[in-house]
Amino acid sequence: MKIAKIIVALVLAWLFAGTAYALTAADRMLLSAGDNDQRIASIAKVVAAGDASAVPFLKSLLDDSVKVAGSKVFIAGADAVTDAATGVRVELPVNAADVVNNNRMRSELVSAIAALELQSPDVAIRMQAAQALRQSDAGDSTLTLVKNAEKTEQNSKVKSVLGEIRAGIELSGPDQATRLNAAQELGGSTSAQMRQLLVIRLQPGGETDPQVKQLITSSLRAMDARLAYYEQAGIVFTGLSLGSVLLLAALGLAITYGLMGVINMAHGEMMMLGAYATYLVENFFRNYLPEWFDAYVLVAIPVAFILTAIIGMILERTVIRHLYGRPLETLLATWGIGLILMQLVRTVFGAQNVQVENPGWMSGGIELAANLVLPYNRLAIIVFSLTVLLLVWTLLNKTRLGLFVRAVTQNRSMAGCVGVNTARIDAWAFGLGSGVAGLAGVALAQIGNVGPDLGKTYIVDSFMVVVLGGVGQLAGTVYAALGLGLVNKFLEGYAGAVLAKIIVLVIIIIFIQKRPQGIFALKGRSVD
Amino acid sequence: MSTQYQPFLLRMLGNSRWTGYAISVIFLCILIPVLNLVVPEGSLLHVSNYTVSIGGKILCYAMVALAMDLIWGYTGILSLGHGLFFALGGYACGMYLMRQVGVDGVYHSNLPDFMVFLDWKTYPWYWTGTEHFLVAMLLVVAVPGILAFVFGWFAFRSRIKGVYFSIITQALTYAFMLFFFRNETGFGGNNGFTDFKRLLGIPIATPEMRMFLFALSGLTLLLMLWMSRCIVDSKFGRVLTAIRDAESRVMFSGYNPLHYKLAIWTLSAMMCGVAGALYVPQVGIINPGEMSTANSIEIAIWVAVGGRGTLIGPLLGAAFVTGMKSWFTATFPEYWLYFLGLLFIVATLYLPDGVMGLAKKLKGKLL
Amino acid sequence: MKSPHSFIKSMTVIATAVAIMSGSLTALAAEDKEPIKVGILHSLSGTMAISETALKDMALMTIEDINKHGGVMGRQLEPVVVDPASNWPLFAEKARQLLSKDKVAVTFGCWTSVSRKSVLPVYKELDGLLFYPVQYEGEELEKNVFYTGAAPNQQAIPAVEYLMSKDGGSAKRFVLLGTDYVYPRTTNKILRAYLNKHGVSDADIMEEYTPFGQSDYQTIIAKIKKFSAEGKKTAVISTINGDSNVPFYKELGNQGLKATDVPVMAFSVGEEELRGVDTKPLVGELAAWNYFMSQSNPVNNAWKKEWAAYAKAKHLPGADKPLTNDPMEATYVGIHMWKQAVEKAGTTDVDKVIGAMGGQTFKAPDGYTIEMDAKNHHLHKPVLIGEVKADGQFNVVWKSTGPIKAQPWSPYIVGNDKKKDQPEAK
Repeated sequence: MKIAKIIVALVLAWLFAGTAYALTAADRMLLSAGDNDQRIASIAKVVAAGDASAVPFLKSLLDDSVKVAGSKVFIAGADAVTDAATGVRVELPVNAADVVNNNRMRSELVSAIAALELQSPDVAIRMQAAQALRQSDAGDSTLTLVKNAEKTEQNSKVKSVLGEIRAGIELSGPDQATRLNAAQELGGSTSAQMRQLLVIRLQPGGETDPQVKQLITSSLRAMDARLAYYEQAGIVFTGLSLGSVLLLAALGLAITYGLMGVINMAHGEMMMLGAYATYLVENFFRNYLPEWFDAYVLVAIPVAFILTAIIGMILERTVIRHLYGRPLETLLATWGIGLILMQLVRTVFGAQNVQVENPGWMSGGIELAANLVLPYNRLAIIVFSLTVLLLVWTLLNKTRLGLFVRAVTQNRSMAGCVGVNTARIDAWAFGLGSGVAGLAGVALAQIGNVGPDLGKTYIVDSFMVVVLGGVGQLAGTVYAALGLGLVNKFLEGYAGAVLAKIIVLVIIIIFIQKRPQGIFALKGRSVD
Repeated sequence: MSTQYQPFLLRMLGNSRWTGYAISVIFLCILIPVLNLVVPEGSLLHVSNYTVSIGGKILCYAMVALAMDLIWGYTGILSLGHGLFFALGGYACGMYLMRQVGVDGVYHSNLPDFMVFLDWKTYPWYWTGTEHFLVAMLLVVAVPGILAFVFGWFAFRSRIKGVYFSIITQALTYAFMLFFFRNETGFGGNNGFTDFKRLLGIPIATPEMRMFLFALSGLTLLLMLWMSRCIVDSKFGRVLTAIRDAESRVMFSGYNPLHYKLAIWTLSAMMCGVAGALYVPQVGIINPGEMSTANSIEIAIWVAVGGRGTLIGPLLGAAFVTGMKSWFTATFPEYWLYFLGLLFIVATLYLPDGVMGLAKKLKGKLL
Repeated sequence: MKSPHSFIKSMTVIATAVAIMSGSLTALAAEDKEPIKVGILHSLSGTMAISETALKDMALMTIEDINKHGGVMGRQLEPVVVDPASNWPLFAEKARQLLSKDKVAVTFGCWTSVSRKSVLPVYKELDGLLFYPVQYEGEELEKNVFYTGAAPNQQAIPAVEYLMSKDGGSAKRFVLLGTDYVYPRTTNKILRAYLNKHGVSDADIMEEYTPFGQSDYQTIIAKIKKFSAEGKKTAVISTINGDSNVPFYKELGNQGLKATDVPVMAFSVGEEELRGVDTKPLVGELAAWNYFMSQSNPVNNAWKKEWAAYAKAKHLPGADKPLTNDPMEATYVGIHMWKQAVEKAGTTDVDKVIGAMGGQTFKAPDGYTIEMDAKNHHLHKPVLIGEVKADGQFNVVWKSTGPIKAQPWSPYIVGNDKKKDQPEAK
């Protein structure tokens, strides 16, 4: 029965094709059910007809919200189910089946939607559509649409993208002159897809005309020269980004270790607590303030800072206070604290990772070139770590508390004599170090795992940064963090991730032999 | 019991230290083997194979603890790299054991399975000679020894000390762990070496062999204990203690701490190597996990719990912590890390001299 | 003074005498109605706890369920849970404890291959029985082990076939990306041989490895992008382990590499691993398993309901969003098959149970009645390819026509053609 219906629908579709077009119930059925080849053919037909009114339905298909029951198609929105044919709210029949789209279908849908949106009155949508179309394997079916759009397009940026798409399609066209022209035009592109088109064209089974071939080769060369520049820029960016993560992770340690001489092995666990604080805040927003969800990070920052700072101060008062002047003992005691915190988190939240979603404004990135995307979350972390650095520097150098901290660091008993409450300063300084670790946790939650083991991943690296930078020197920490990030990323390109990491560790060990005090040694000679 | 042995026993009891050694030897070489091998299973006095295998493991850990104590308790240098030396000794022994597998591996090749898998046709150069027991045993002490010597020479010469030293030993261990994790390194990647078949041609998975290794570990530990005693009682040992307490003053008195530190550091690493070599055939596996940061730090806590600067303390500490670990992970798996964490805190805060210090204090109060 | 030798001798005599006397105190033989002890050997702490804790809970649930329905041969099952703490030597020690001290009839446990390799000598020596529930690299077939997870031909090969098909995107170039350890290395070796045989040259294959715990995937993703721009359609096959998946997928999403451009097929990413990920940017990424939670069939629906109720009753972490996954299913199937084999053999004796295991069938949550192979200790399993949905579940986009027989000795590895498809006789 079903087959008969489909045949009827197919005939109807043929009858209506070419006339003033609007999606019929039969079309919807064809788009939603049947095997993938047939559905793709239906999509191509909708695109060829060029009717933008089909877009909402295609989008519903893409969102997986279309259901099929019998010969009826339904759209299950967020809060109501409607009959696709009438738009009336209905109950979803029990036998309704999901329309399953695999990647192939999805990419066809994306390019169909993009092609149909090229005529949208909104420039932003047109640009988005053009870019999406360029990224998908736009086939011959879209050529007319693209050509028409290019002709009428006013915005020069959109126009140039459309030009690329057209040239890309024309590159495998039948006419030699058009192909030559296309190859010439594509030389000016930096898009990965266009490069791919050129490369594939050169492979066996592609271009046969020697003249066109030559032009493609030279266009490719021109393209590669430009892309190479971006590639280098990319390495620097990834290095800076890794460096900023290391800086955040090490900054708190630089305070507790550099200024106070405490080896805080629980530092990593403080970061972990900061990340879990982010998770709690994120969850709170998701459940109670969903409309403000994108702002949760801004709330998580102070929450994580205060939470970890308080825990740090409690630890300082109860445990670490008794161990001043015995750095090796602090190492062991704080390791124990770390173990307890880790297991505590495991008991409360479970051993599994928890989910922390990036806020909307942190997802995606700026595409500078095909091979260089600057993700927003990485950019945000670079800015964030510099801000934290600036605040910590100001706090230590420009405030009364900072003055006291430095005084206690330099000469504890003298500071005590002139009336500084050294015990309280210790607690504040340790709280500050832990709080900064909590901030690092907020940042780490945006790029990686949030789980009980989060801290252990970073503890060796952050100690390396502090040791390399030199004790008691914020500037040293900054140089060491960024330097390690860059060196690591540079090596990774050549030696692979595993060897790069080993080489970096060996470099650090050798460097420390040469300069035991780190990059920035304290001036003068001191005898312990 | 016949009375004719009493004079002998009495004479022995006259010297309490020798009595200790003698009782330990009897315990290790006679009592436990008899209770394990002769006494039938099910009897109250039977010592199970399981107990023997845990005991053997603890004896090896005790050696590491002793080595750590020499360098930390007596010389004041906290190493976070002893797990590395332990693992290297284990790997050296493991190489020999892999050779002994012969063609009984999964692929029935002359090469270990992981090499067959990497498409290697012959052993790489650094496996040369490991088929000979004596060469392998030499490597057990030489590899950790040489690494420690080179590393120590540079580090001590640059006067890296205290926390700095701890942290770069940690970095070294971490780098080695990543290196051994690589498949191409030629040590079996993260699986390491396992499924050993024979030692010196004798099947390894028998109660007799296990008993032999247990007794051997015990005797080695006693030997190390005796050696350590000699060291700490000598002038050399006193200089070490002086370095711990005031290195600059030692320097001003005309000693060069470099030589002393280097000597004890290398010796300590070699002791770890031996411990690792005895450990591997008993637990049946060696892999880079032994080089993890946490393992090396745990060694420090054995020493801290038992009592730094005493020779018996670390042994007790290692036995106590390892025993607790076995018990906790079987009985209350969820609470093991709480306990271990608390142990770290309590030992550093309230037991600066460990259990031995506590015992001394109690004894002083009671008497 | 007499020689110490004679002293030792007399001590030996005394000890022996004591021993023989106390021998009479030997415990009474076990009664028939006593509970059967079952060992559960999964890490509850350390790095592997993230994956293994759920398997322990699943095993406990299944045992509780069996007990509620009368146990095995009228005897209750008594689980013995131990924690090897993600420490491989401790795995061997705990296995020895289970076998020689607790005298368990069977053990369900291990996740990583190294943990299995670590306990294997113990199971061989003491003739124990181990059920291993995780997909693995093959190249092993032991009498004392039953493998209820997938061998490479039940997961990796069909996955690549799918990627090369029209619906999978007709991929022509492949990135083999993994964590640097044995499972990814072996799988990639098999896949490379397979791809070479199917017309993909080495120039079109890129192999990359990262260390354990890698958290920065910027460079790797840049490399993948570069590689994919150099020729026809590229697909990534990921054997990235555990924790590193989250940073990998987050970076992937943010760098704008979509599944429609360069799909990623993962072998170690299931429902549980995606718990920590925002899956919206990952829609369409692929995973190959033998079971997906989203499968709709009566057995699976009932099983999921049972698990949700159990998680809630026991206040398990994550009970608000109870998930099932492939290794949990393999655990569940394994315990039931063992039960059936014991009932068939009429005893828990290891050798007899091993004999009765071959040919056992069970109606599994994956929607098939799956069978234990008569000889090779592996299950015949269906293969499923799923695409990530926005809610962290998988859309099943491809299914094998039926359960596939396992090939623990992959034919794509040189020399395996001589291997027998059953455990070697010792």
